[in-house]
Amino acid sequence: MSGFFKSSIGRKYAMALSALFLMVFLLQHFAINILSVFSPDAFNEASHFMGTFWAVQFVLQPILIFGVIFHFVMGFILEIKNNKARQKSYVKNNGNANSTWMSRNMLLSGAVVLAFLVLHFIDFWIPEINVKYVQGDMSGLLPSGEGFRYYEELVHKFENPLRVGAYVLAFVLLSLHLLHGFSSAFQSIGANSIYKKSMKGLAQVYAIGLPVGFIFIALYHHFTH
Amino acid sequence: MNLTLKIWRQKNANDKGKMVDYKISDVSPDMSFLEMLDVLNSQLISKGEEPVAFDHDCREGICGSCSLYINGEAHGPDRGVTTCQLHMRKFKDGDTIYIEPFRATAFPVIKDLIVDRSAFDRIQNAGGFISVNTSGNTIDANAIPVNKHDADDAFSAATCIGCGACVASCKNSSAMLFVGAKVSQYALLPQGRVEAVDRVKNMVAQMDLEGFGNCTNTGACEVECPKGISLENIARMNREYLFANVKG
Repeated sequence: MSGFFKSSIGRKYAMALSALFLMVFLLQHFAINILSVFSPDAFNEASHFMGTFWAVQFVLQPILIFGVIFHFVMGFILEIKNNKARQKSYVKNNGNANSTWMSRNMLLSGAVVLAFLVLHFIDFWIPEINVKYVQGDMSGLLPSGEGFRYYEELVHKFENPLRVGAYVLAFVLLSLHLLHGFSSAFQSIGANSIYKKSMKGLAQVYAIGLPVGFIFIALYHHFTH
Repeated sequence: MNLTLKIWRQKNANDKGKMVDYKISDVSPDMSFLEMLDVLNSQLISKGEEPVAFDHDCREGICGSCSLYINGEAHGPDRGVTTCQLHMRKFKDGDTIYIEPFRATAFPVIKDLIVDRSAFDRIQNAGGFISVNTSGNTIDANAIPVNKHDADDAFSAATCIGCGACVASCKNSSAMLFVGAKVSQYALLPQGRVEAVDRVKNMVAQMDLEGFGNCTNTGACEVECPKGISLENIARMNREYLFANVKG
C-alpha cells in the first residue's frame, strides 16, 4: 500500500474519503442547528455537550480541522497537477456540451466555501476557544448566569443582514459543490455501479436539501428575532 | 454549403502554431467531415500550399485513428461517432467551424492536427493483455463458462478504440476512461483474472508516468466517447486498483 496514495487513483480515494467524512459532519452539524428552530433548550443541551465533551473537543474536532485542510490542500494540488496535463488550451472549448458547470468548477465553489469557513472560524470557533480555554469558563452559561448562552449567541449572530447574506451565498456555493461532489465521491471509491440508480436522487436530496436547511435556519432566526 | 474553417496549423512539434482561416464553398451536406477536409486539401495543393495534416485510416469509425476537436468537442457535435462518421449535415450554411488537435501534454502535436497518441500504446503494453500459450495447444475461450452479464460488460469495455477523445474532452486530460475500459475488459473475464493484480497496478503506474491528469468525474469523457464507454469502467478500475494494492 506504500505507493497507493502517491498514485492518481490513490489520491482520488483520499479526496473522496475526506469528502465523505465532511459530508457526515455536515449532516451532524445540521441536526444540531435545526434544533434551534424547534427547541432552544434542546439546542442548548446539544451545543453544550458538543462544546465540552472531551472526545468531541480533543479527538473529533482536530480530525475535522485536519479533514477540512486536507481536502482543500489535496484539491489544490490535484488542480495544479491537472493544469500541467494540458499546457496548451483549446481556442474553442464547449464544456457545457458534455459536463455540468458544477463539475468543472469545484475549486471555485470549494474556495468560496473555504472563505466562509475562515470567517466561521473567526466568528465562532476562536471566541469559543477564548471563552472555554483562555478564560476557563466551561459552564456554557450566560454572563447573568441564567441559562445557557448558545441559543442567545446564535440568535445574535443572525441579526446582522451582512452575515446572513454571506451565509446564504456560502451555502448556495456549497450546494453547487455538493451537487457534483456527493456522487463524485462514491464514483471515486468505486461504488458507482452499486449505487448508480439511487445515487442521483440521493445526491440531489443531500446537495440541495442540506444547504437549503442551513439557509432556512439563518433566515428563520433573522426574521423572527 | 459555404463555410469558414479556423484550423490549427503547426509545421512541426517545435513550431508555435496558430489558427488559420480558410473559406470553403459548395460543401455537400452528405460529405463526411474528413471528405470536406480532403476537398480543402485538394484546393490547397492546387494553389501550391501545404495541405492540412490530419490522422485517418479506416474511415468506418472503428480504427480509432481520426481525432480532431471540432467546435469545442472531440469528434465534433454528433454523439457516438468518430470524426470520419461525422457528416456535414450537422452544420449549417455560413457556419464557422473551429478545428483543433486533441490537446494534452501526453499527446504532443506532431504536425497541424496530428498528435502523438503512443502514450496509449505504452499503457496497453504495460498490462493490457493476457499471457496465453500460443504454441498451438491454446484452449478454446468458449470452453470456460462466463456469466452473460460479465461477458456483455467486458465486450462493451472492449469496444474502446483508443482514439483519445476521453483525454481530449476531459478538463484534466485524464486517461482514466481509456485505462478503465482496458482494465475492465480483462478483469471481468476468468482469463483476465489471473494477471488482474499486476495489470491494474502496471497500467495505472504507466498512465501516471505519461503525465495524464487526474479524473474529477465530470463525465465529459463518457459523453464524447464515440463508443459510449461508461464511467462504470473507471469505478471498476478504482476498485481493482484498491484491491490490488491491499493484496500487495
